Amino acid sequence: MTGRPQILARLDSPRVLGYVLIAPAAVLLLGLLAYPLVLGVWLSMTSASLGNAGEFVGLKNYATILDDPIFRGAAAFSVLYTVCAEIGKLTLGLALALILNQRFRGYRAARSLMLLPWVAPTVLSALAWLWLLDPQFSALSWLLIKLHLIETNIDFLGHAWPARFSLIVVNIWRGLPYFAIGYLAGLQGISKDLYEAAAIDGATGWQAFRRITWPLLAPITTILVAFSSIFTLTDFQLIWTMTRGGPTDSTQVFTTLAYQRAITGGQLGEGAAIAVAPIVFMVVLAVIVVRSVRER
Amino acid sequence: MFLRRLRLYGPLALYGVFLLLPFYWMLLTTFKPDAELLKSPNPFLIFHVTIEHITGLLTQTQYLQWFGNTLFVSAASTVVSVFISYITAYAIIRLRFPGSEVVSTAIFLAYIVPPAILFIPLATIIIQLHWFDKLWALVPIYATFLVPFCTWLLIGFLKNIPRELEEAARVDGASNFAIIWRIIFPIAVPGLISASIFSFTLSWNEYLYALVYMSSSTNKTVSVGMITELIRGDRFQWGELMAGALIGILPAILVYFFFVEYYVAGVSGSVKE
Repeated sequence: MTGRPQILARLDSPRVLGYVLIAPAAVLLLGLLAYPLVLGVWLSMTSASLGNAGEFVGLKNYATILDDPIFRGAAAFSVLYTVCAEIGKLTLGLALALILNQRFRGYRAARSLMLLPWVAPTVLSALAWLWLLDPQFSALSWLLIKLHLIETNIDFLGHAWPARFSLIVVNIWRGLPYFAIGYLAGLQGISKDLYEAAAIDGATGWQAFRRITWPLLAPITTILVAFSSIFTLTDFQLIWTMTRGGPTDSTQVFTTLAYQRAITGGQLGEGAAIAVAPIVFMVVLAVIVVRSVRER
Repeated sequence: MFLRRLRLYGPLALYGVFLLLPFYWMLLTTFKPDAELLKSPNPFLIFHVTIEHITGLLTQTQYLQWFGNTLFVSAASTVVSVFISYITAYAIIRLRFPGSEVVSTAIFLAYIVPPAILFIPLATIIIQLHWFDKLWALVPIYATFLVPFCTWLLIGFLKNIPRELEEAARVDGASNFAIIWRIIFPIAVPGLISASIFSFTLSWNEYLYALVYMSSSTNKTVSVGMITELIRGDRFQWGELMAGALIGILPAILVYFFFVEYYVAGVSGSVKE
């Protein structure tokens, strides 16, 4: 008996074959996802810096960042950014889905084009926005001046609140199509009979929306918002490209501040603590997602 | 009739302007001479078409190298991830080995871990493995977020393939290998296409890992190269930058327009499954 046929015979057992087939994914995800996750928590409790392993310092990094007004500002803006952007994406995305849900000429073309912001690489489209919002040569300022709505150019990204507002708008621009397509799938699953029955009972369009559409879309809303929030809360590309957290840290979020402290500044321990901080929110969102996926 | 049309196409046009404006802006800026970028009677129009930004970008910067790098990394991580995801999804769905439920839940949890919270500890691992500034290292790194996503998507697809098909093949004496590659694989092709286009777009979009783990100019991807090498101080070469953005967006958009139905099915599937 040679070894080879024996091994092949073993592979016929679903149990052995099962473990063999999941092995590559297991090695990859344990080594480069689970381990870094644990290592991140460990690093956040050390004084590690670039090229220096550092030593265990307990919760000192967390005490430091909680005392740091820049971190508190970043945490507050992360939450504000996520809440405002989610509200915007939900309402504008749902409205777009309702428009696209009608049968009309050019439906397919419209649907394909509307999804573009979500498909295009974020850094590259953020660059186009950066140029559109240029303090000196902004075409939007030019248009508003021509319409006599403003008198001088708006410095969109040069002051705290206009910069925050602009970033939220661009995030809505990017994420709205995802909501629209998700909702469109939901709308197409609602039976037309319900609306006919409502019309016979004399319900207005708004009443039909309130009593039929919105409640039936509720499960999809939960999944869309929870998913999208996880990635908006940890957004890096858009903010880093457009403001780098400025002017004077007014648009810092968890990820940009973690990048600056850990990679630019070399303070790995402190950076790790900042990157770990949003996990508190993530766990809540993850529980919501897992629950609503299970229910379906 | 007219009013109904206005109520439909009016809002649609507003959405169109908002959603497509940045793309129009890239296109316009790419072909506009520098003088017109700074001073123009109407910035929304173009008066003299030029291709100097494109030629400048392709001849005086390393853009083509970055483009090739992105293409290589995206294609390689797509192939590797879809392959791993397919066998993983098959094992979870069809081979009820002890622990398959746990594996399936773990895959889903891995799917919702955002890369942005891992980049610091991962950086220390990359340095220890001597993977720092090696272009191919991005392939396994991207696979860490592609595999959970694709496996989840493929589980949904494989679930719907009738079990009888496999059992019939088994009765006819087909081996496990034959079942996985000759029976199930051809039927799973639509799912595999969906997984591939999502993987390709997600890799093409990736920024943070490539920014942190690649340092030499010859190893950069399009997004990273543009931001770190084409923007020097406060000097923005908008013509070159927008030409680079436009060309950099093309592959993602081409793949998208070829497979638009798969995209829509993928997004719809992710909320329905």
